[in-house]
Amino acid sequence: MQSFKKSVFVALWFMFLTFPLLVVRVNTLKGEVEWRWMNMLWVGIVFFILSYVWRAALERKGQKKANNLDEDGEEILGFRQRLFQDPVIYRKVIAAVLIAAVIFPFVFSSYQINIMVLALIFVVLGLGLNITVGLAGLLDLGYVAFFGIGAYSYALLNTLYGWNFWFCLPIGGLVGALFGVLLGFPILRLRGDYLAIVTLGFGSIAKIVFENWDGLFKGASGIANIERPGFFGLEMSLEQSTIYTYFLMVLMVIFTVFVVNRLKDSRIGRAWMALREDEIACVAMGIDMARTKLSAYAFGAFWAGLAGVIFSARNTYINPNSFTFMESAIVLSIVVLGGMGSIIGVIIAALALILMPEYLRAFADYRMLAFGGIMVLMMIFRPQGLISDVRRKYDLSALQKKKEAKT
Amino acid sequence: MDWAYFVELLCSGLVRGSIYALIALGYTMVYGIIQLINFAHGEIYMIGAFVALIVSGALTIYGFSGVSILVLAALIAAVYAAAYGITLERIAYRPLRGAPRLSPLISAIGASLFLQNYVLLAQTPDFLPFPALIPDFEFMEPIAHIVGSPELVILVVTTLTMIGLTVLIKHTKIGKAMRATQQDMIMARLTGVNVDRVISVTFVIGSVLAAIGGVLVGSYIGQINFYIGFMVGVKAFTAAVLGGIGNIPGAVIGALVLGLTEAFAAGYVSSAYEDVFAFGLLVLILIVRPAGILGKAVKQKV
Repeated sequence: MQSFKKSVFVALWFMFLTFPLLVVRVNTLKGEVEWRWMNMLWVGIVFFILSYVWRAALERKGQKKANNLDEDGEEILGFRQRLFQDPVIYRKVIAAVLIAAVIFPFVFSSYQINIMVLALIFVVLGLGLNITVGLAGLLDLGYVAFFGIGAYSYALLNTLYGWNFWFCLPIGGLVGALFGVLLGFPILRLRGDYLAIVTLGFGSIAKIVFENWDGLFKGASGIANIERPGFFGLEMSLEQSTIYTYFLMVLMVIFTVFVVNRLKDSRIGRAWMALREDEIACVAMGIDMARTKLSAYAFGAFWAGLAGVIFSARNTYINPNSFTFMESAIVLSIVVLGGMGSIIGVIIAALALILMPEYLRAFADYRMLAFGGIMVLMMIFRPQGLISDVRRKYDLSALQKKKEAKT
Repeated sequence: MDWAYFVELLCSGLVRGSIYALIALGYTMVYGIIQLINFAHGEIYMIGAFVALIVSGALTIYGFSGVSILVLAALIAAVYAAAYGITLERIAYRPLRGAPRLSPLISAIGASLFLQNYVLLAQTPDFLPFPALIPDFEFMEPIAHIVGSPELVILVVTTLTMIGLTVLIKHTKIGKAMRATQQDMIMARLTGVNVDRVISVTFVIGSVLAAIGGVLVGSYIGQINFYIGFMVGVKAFTAAVLGGIGNIPGAVIGALVLGLTEAFAAGYVSSAYEDVFAFGLLVLILIVRPAGILGKAVKQKV
């Protein structure tokens, strides 16, 4: 009864809350007011049910917390984590995915391949931002600026000097990394919250400069006629070129996964994670804070730069509208949804978030609404993401047992 | 030097600055109490403006006129902004109290995206004409080419609001509770302050200020859409950081500095690059004073 009353109250509250925006619509030209009472009814029903779900979910979250503490601090790996930890299973999974990736372009049309290339670009972006946000814990809301810098550096080098794709690919990445360090310097001393606004400002500045520096970046009209990636000067039809770009992108993703995976367990990767967990303790252990932070920005920006070069080569045309805050938000929600620090999680999230709206056109309008809602809900109910990152650690009790067995 | 032009820019900078100040106060108050950057605050401002637009539109059609529309629209906008503020806090922030710092921030960004697209889908993606709710005063006639009536109203209203806010925080019981919570939340709770209520009240005050800003800007600029909250929110946040976030006089100073910088940059250099100047100023000041103009450097204790 108590919960019924609460739910009725919640439903009424939301009916009141959404009343002016969802129910009333004023048409000033015709001079009439449109009343959409059906919406109000729906809001009431939906929120009545949602409030039950919400309470149950919050309760479950509380219980889970209590349960987790009981088990002498030992975590049990869930099925999803086992899938990527157990070598017997994950080798099979990886083999299956690779085969699917190879067959894919020969089964689907070039329209679909094109979308897939875009999704893979976002995978690389997600993995790159994962270094900055997921591993090092430094929020970056202007990440798309590096993507744009990479894209524009290829576009300019190609259209002005005729440099080819392969030569520009590392250049784009390095230019991105250079700007990453440039952004990193002024914000080294800032607290976490200030990072949000400064990086966001950096993203806006980049877009404004792309938009208004007509002489160099051609302003809002953008740069056209950018060369597609070439293969030793081989002539390719449009379709062949698309498939080629697709395989290029698959290799790029594999390369990124490989590097990020190695970075994670390297000295610098562990320094990033230590920095994320506790800055003071980390510095006290003798880790150079400035170098670690700058390298986190540089590495993140490097991948964005590479992705940018491929992006402009794929599109053959770029303009500033591809590099707005919305893209930064999408990449950030990919990282959050996938699970900060988790490579597999980010890949799945990127594919889901980019492919879903392409195939569910009806859903496309509600895409950003859903992204926003998902970001809030994920933070509340699953802050570790879809697939949480499993930290490598020495299992002391197992080592002890081994020792005992030996003696 | 063209002095009339200079004065005009000065006025427009002050107007801009005072609008930023109204919104920056919401950021800074919330930050002071729960150390959260309420990214969705700009959206509350946008919702305030939208509600005012809808109410005034409906009232005009049903035959009301004059000042009654302005008063009713502003009132209802403030009520709704406060309601949205409270709901936002309850859903997106309260379950995350005590979570790692990045979690509520991402939740706030999510809430901001959600509210933007909610208004986009519920109303329209297009720009809507906002009626000029502020009447033209006759006594302003001689200097109207430099300072118009809307500008005057904005300056007067923001000044009055800030005086009211100062009185509220310095001299009332809830203000005292707010200051106590800001200093030490646990201790405040021990001495019998209802911290949850203080937080809700903070959100209400911030949201009402944002709604006032929304109504004023709407009728000053003359058109709104679902996206107006984002840029203004970012700028107001910049202003709050400039002044030292968590610091109320700092937010006002930061906002005025930012407004003036933008106005002069737009007037003397190029209006396309005014945002670059705004963020450039932010970075410059943060390099020199990492805690903002009035902010105190917080010593971290281990």
